[in-house]
Amino acid sequence: MRQLCEGNVAVVKGAILAGCRAYYGYPITPASEIAEAAALYLPQVGGTFVQAESEVASINMVYGAAAAGVRAMTASSGPGLSLMQEGISYLAGAELPCVIVDVVRGGPGLGNIAPEQSDYFATVKGGGHGNYRNFVLAPASVQEMADLTVLAFDLADRYRNPAILLADGFTGQMIEPIDLEGYEISPVEKPWAVKGTPETRNNLLSSIYLETDELEAHVREMEAKYIRAQNVETRFELYQAEDAELLLVGFGIVSRVLRSAVDEARRQGLRVGLFRPISLWPFPSQALAKSAAKAEKVLVVELSNGQMVEDVRLALNGTVPVELYGRVGGNVPSVEEICEQLSGQRTVWA
Amino acid sequence: MAGESDAGVVEAQAGVNGYELIHAKSPVFYDLYDRKSELKFQTHYCPGCGHGIVHKLIAEALHDLGLQDKTIFVSPVGCSVFAYYYLDLGNVQAAHGRAPACATGLKRACPDKMVIAYQGDGDLAAIGTAEIVHAANRGENITCFFINNAIYGMTGGQMAPTTLVGQKSTTSPFGRRPSNEGFPLHVCELLATLQAPAYIERVALSDNKNIMRARRAVRKALELQRDGAGFSLVEILSPCPTIWNLDPVEARRWVAEKMIPEFPLNVFRDRKPEVAVANIPQRAVADVLEIAQTQESRTVGRHFHPFENLSFKIAGFGGQGVLLLGQLLTEMGMREGLDVSWLPSYGPEMRSGSAHCYVCLSKKRIGAPLVSHPDVLVAMNEPSLRKFAPEVPSEGLIFYNRNSLPTDIPQPQAPVVCVPASEIADGLGSAKAANVVMLGALLEATECLASATALSVLEDKVKKINLLEIDRRALEAGRRFIDQHAHDEAVTQPDGFAY
Repeated sequence: MRQLCEGNVAVVKGAILAGCRAYYGYPITPASEIAEAAALYLPQVGGTFVQAESEVASINMVYGAAAAGVRAMTASSGPGLSLMQEGISYLAGAELPCVIVDVVRGGPGLGNIAPEQSDYFATVKGGGHGNYRNFVLAPASVQEMADLTVLAFDLADRYRNPAILLADGFTGQMIEPIDLEGYEISPVEKPWAVKGTPETRNNLLSSIYLETDELEAHVREMEAKYIRAQNVETRFELYQAEDAELLLVGFGIVSRVLRSAVDEARRQGLRVGLFRPISLWPFPSQALAKSAAKAEKVLVVELSNGQMVEDVRLALNGTVPVELYGRVGGNVPSVEEICEQLSGQRTVWA
Repeated sequence: MAGESDAGVVEAQAGVNGYELIHAKSPVFYDLYDRKSELKFQTHYCPGCGHGIVHKLIAEALHDLGLQDKTIFVSPVGCSVFAYYYLDLGNVQAAHGRAPACATGLKRACPDKMVIAYQGDGDLAAIGTAEIVHAANRGENITCFFINNAIYGMTGGQMAPTTLVGQKSTTSPFGRRPSNEGFPLHVCELLATLQAPAYIERVALSDNKNIMRARRAVRKALELQRDGAGFSLVEILSPCPTIWNLDPVEARRWVAEKMIPEFPLNVFRDRKPEVAVANIPQRAVADVLEIAQTQESRTVGRHFHPFENLSFKIAGFGGQGVLLLGQLLTEMGMREGLDVSWLPSYGPEMRSGSAHCYVCLSKKRIGAPLVSHPDVLVAMNEPSLRKFAPEVPSEGLIFYNRNSLPTDIPQPQAPVVCVPASEIADGLGSAKAANVVMLGALLEATECLASATALSVLEDKVKKINLLEIDRRALEAGRRFIDQHAHDEAVTQPDGFAY
């Protein structure tokens, strides 16, 4: 049964259905509705909501909750994510699962509260210190705000690693119908958790490995897990890509605009298609290379001055020309604007 | 307990006078420091360091209280980062200064377990000031052991927030100068200004008498947590002979002679806080998340949709129900089986007086929810009309909340339907119903969605019976206005109705 829901609220609904009962967060536009929904819903279903004193505290409360083996989450936007990066590194280092939502706003600094995708590097490439990766999923609809939150918890638990939902101001504030039925939640055993029980008394959760060889072994083990994920956890969506001469690549809200642009271009007889990465890490490089094999050109559209385009270029490795159309400052390109790019009036940034 | 004989560990034995108990190894300590590859028989702490004494006090207390299997120990960044080498407890190592936040997450997940945060002065009183203050202020039912040795030990003797005035450190080489570094921070006194904490005491490891006081304080703090009293903190003035460059005996004397005068030993708080517990009624997940509700099935009849895609921009002053009008259309579209999206202007823009939103209705999956050329513009005020009318293509339609267009406005390329919705709503006794008047007019003029659906949505959303009645009449009044004027051919643009 469908219900109308705001994107940010859908995150919390998905999280609760995924079994999350612990939310620690700090308000920030345009992500505050996530904390507000968590504050409203969680206490009614036996869960915990704490408004922390900062994003630094939030992520470390999540660290504690995750250490106890419960599904825990937080949400923020760019400036808050920056404050969380140390904690995310600790979570990754101690191999603790959790979900972090970044409803991206304009940056750098205080920037503005309009949508951007400029936290791609900060999430996909790590952001915090040291050798680690985050799972990064990019929802493009309110339904996916819920669905990918559920998936994020699943990935986080299965790989014992933080998973980030990289949304944007529009996807967070948007209202669309969602269907919340039919999720299959499979709880993951967590024998490593520290729960204050005789069975878990010998457990230690830490990211410190003072001996060089021990730390190297630890990082290598994590690396093996990341390679495993790269092989089996990539997700993407194709639209009219089979015969596309020009392949558009965009994620999140941009992919929605590109989808409309593909329709418009096809009406004009242009063979344009869309490749939409859903998992930004692991990046669907092989699938992209396959989809772009027949294309004459790839156009990456991002709400940044070029972040994902680097991964696209790595994936295609010079086989197809890759161009970038980026908007920043909170501007989201219109369908017409994209179509202008397609018909040759091109502003190429890179 | 393997390897006891190898390690030469003295078996804990119940003594007749308790004397042996104190000197026996607590079972809360590991026999060997197996987590460390070397030095299995000695600790990583320096001779004369206070950490070993405090570890022992904690280990003995946990054993005596029978809490070993229930305890989670959070170690900090600092010399005691490796407390888990020694304490046979569930161990979690936290980021620098964040032990109280980490302990909060653990305790909330395991409310009936014991959670101990163990922190040094740099960890707790510098980088972690916010976390300790707020954990204390929330009255988290955790116990914090705060080791104050007036110096950063692990990093090699830098100044701590508790470094004494005049005390030299590697980062205060001329001695701590209040003009440059401020004064030593008094954590217990600071936290004692808060309402929530249950127990705050400062003790010292300066001599055996004070160590016995510390022993009692450690026990009391743990007992209070066990009994659910709330936040407890014991500050322990502790020697650091290596960094202080004193021998262990001199270092103890330094605690007594230098530290205690600056940090007086005292019980700063010992009362069970009175906190009213608000029990929030528990409901089923499906109810809380509104999954079980059958909104969609309440679709009224089948409606012919004279479009593939239809996009709206709805704009006006805040308080005119602009966003709500958009949401009503969205809900109606969903109930009529369409794909729908609603996208608002948000943030400060929303608070500065004007607001707008986009609504898309489509028979197929909606691409861009943001529309640069809406099929329909609803302008609830004049600025919105002026700003957005040029966006509407000639085959579109504009609804304007007035009797006529302003005379100085360039003729929009799209036809304009002037509906004095606010005036009509005023006449119905509620200016706030202008958006519903406009909805009635819009539905009647475009037939994009069924007015019966509008009624069913309003019936579900408007809980107050008198407001619902006004909305019913507003919907009808909007419909009737179009009805009357649609047959009135005298009304033309730009000063009247044309459709």
